[in-house]
Amino acid sequence: MNKVIEGIAYVLGNDIDTDQIIPAEHLVYSLSDPEERKHYGQFALSGVPVNQAGLPEGNIPFTENGQSESKYSIVVGGKNFGCGSSREHAPACMEIAGIRAVIAESYARIFYRNSVDGGFFIPFECATRLVEEIKTGDDLIIDLNVNTITNRSSNKTYDLKSLGEVIDIIEAGDIFEYARKTGMIPSTGRGGN
Amino acid sequence: MGMTITEKILAAHAGKDSVRPGDNIWVNADVLMTHDVCGPGTFAIFKKQFGENAKVWDRDKVVIIPDHFIFTKDTHANRNIDILRQFVQEQSLPHYFDPGTDNYKGVCHIALAQEGFNRPGDILFGTDSHTSTSGAFGMFSTGIGNTDAAFILGTGKLWVRVPETMCFEFIGTFPEHIMAKDVILTVIGDIGVDGATYRAMEWRGDAVMKLSMEERMTLCNMAIEAGGKNGIIEADDVTLDYVRQRTDAPYKIYHSDNDAQYFFKKTYNASEMEPIVAKPHSPDNKAKVSECLDVKLDRAYIGSCTGGKITDFMAAARLLKGKKVKIDTFIVPATREVEQDLYKEKIGGETLMDIFKNAGAYLGDPSCAACLGGPKDTFGRAKDNQVVISTTNRNFPGRMGSKQAYVYLASPYTAAASALTGHITNPAEFINN
Repeated sequence: MNKVIEGIAYVLGNDIDTDQIIPAEHLVYSLSDPEERKHYGQFALSGVPVNQAGLPEGNIPFTENGQSESKYSIVVGGKNFGCGSSREHAPACMEIAGIRAVIAESYARIFYRNSVDGGFFIPFECATRLVEEIKTGDDLIIDLNVNTITNRSSNKTYDLKSLGEVIDIIEAGDIFEYARKTGMIPSTGRGGN
Repeated sequence: MGMTITEKILAAHAGKDSVRPGDNIWVNADVLMTHDVCGPGTFAIFKKQFGENAKVWDRDKVVIIPDHFIFTKDTHANRNIDILRQFVQEQSLPHYFDPGTDNYKGVCHIALAQEGFNRPGDILFGTDSHTSTSGAFGMFSTGIGNTDAAFILGTGKLWVRVPETMCFEFIGTFPEHIMAKDVILTVIGDIGVDGATYRAMEWRGDAVMKLSMEERMTLCNMAIEAGGKNGIIEADDVTLDYVRQRTDAPYKIYHSDNDAQYFFKKTYNASEMEPIVAKPHSPDNKAKVSECLDVKLDRAYIGSCTGGKITDFMAAARLLKGKKVKIDTFIVPATREVEQDLYKEKIGGETLMDIFKNAGAYLGDPSCAACLGGPKDTFGRAKDNQVVISTTNRNFPGRMGSKQAYVYLASPYTAAASALTGHITNPAEFINN
């Protein structure tokens, strides 16, 4: 696990639901096929209303037309991030587009679980309402050694909440690696053995 | 110290005498349900992690109910059904309900109940957030992602954080024009879309226990719209009557202790409830129907796991009988069984199917259909800036297929009354006259 995550911020508001993260019409593509899964990057966050996309100004697309990778790699969100459906396509599409961390005030629980158990990215929480502090395009650095996020564009640093008990799964990589580490499933069980 | 019904079921499935909210425990699953949207991804992870030739932990506990993108020409969607078929064949799974055959059912949460997979005291995980629906049967049920589902396929287990429980009690009798949908929209409006995050929502009180299983399912179905981990109602004779007609499988009835600890408790007087809508674009954007009478509508939609059960259509038909709708009205039974019941159930000698046809409504095949938008050729999918009144569960931006559409969530009574007038209408006008 990387102890330092650097990237450009993409800022969203409250209650970003999974239909905004990946509209249902796109859920037909394979997540395991290397070519097909690129569509998820292409359509990641495409359901966000345009005036809410890339705050504070809005009208900033997350990915350029047709591209499956975004120049933004850290999403900053408000309350209840990822509410709605259990579709794992939601954290998956963000990872495919290049997201390496999300920092929100709070999460809907299935999205949070999926992010951790699937090892897509680290879902951080911050008591400060960063949506008011960070602008889309700001240059961010997360330091897990001291549990902070620094906005290098404004030279401000904020404390992140502890990751709590899920840190063990995050450090292992995903729920399967965690279960292998703890002996719940055999470590030789992978890849057809 | 006592435990809630949710705590007791989780403890029993973790082999423990007791658990407390916040405990992280591993529980054994009784049923794992998946469908066409999440099944293919789940199976791919299962094979990657446990091996190409690995077998699922218990064939009899895996239930696959395709329901989302069924009646479409979308080639990727149809390919995904083929992936389900292939996995079912490889694993010799007995509980699969194949589209295009007599065995096709429709919306998974309602099919789970109708096919006898909801059993008091069990734990059911499903790759769909509305899996909370099954909690109406006095069981623990919750939605999970592909990764967690693949983990269960291989191990039969999943880690769960024991949720705190919020108790919602309704005493007295609901007015005749009030449905469970009004009740859940009231509660979501009161506590907000994250008001129950990571918590159990337990429904209690004599008004709740007078409800049919279908209405109880509506209450538990939308627990997720308040962020809840599960919704739950203790099983009683109404539950057992339903369950015994559907399965011989064993069950166990749990009750919350009198000294159980609740994180939150609120008591409502059932007789004071009013018809409620959730205005665009959030299920907690609560308003009384009486405050929205000037909202002009383009279409009405009655369907989904939330509002496409036989009791929902009985309610709608009661208002539509002998009248014509003023706006496009879409009727989508949740399952084939519900659809068949539309031909059997009658009001004043006329079948529900005839009532809907004579009223000028459009009838769709059983599936999730336009509740979540879906492929472009989905029946009832919202277009442009249409204003829709819908018995479904979510009105997030774009949810029903158009980012510009305005969706009002409402009960089947309110949706039917509004279909007759073309604007949001209080069903009491039709019921009490």
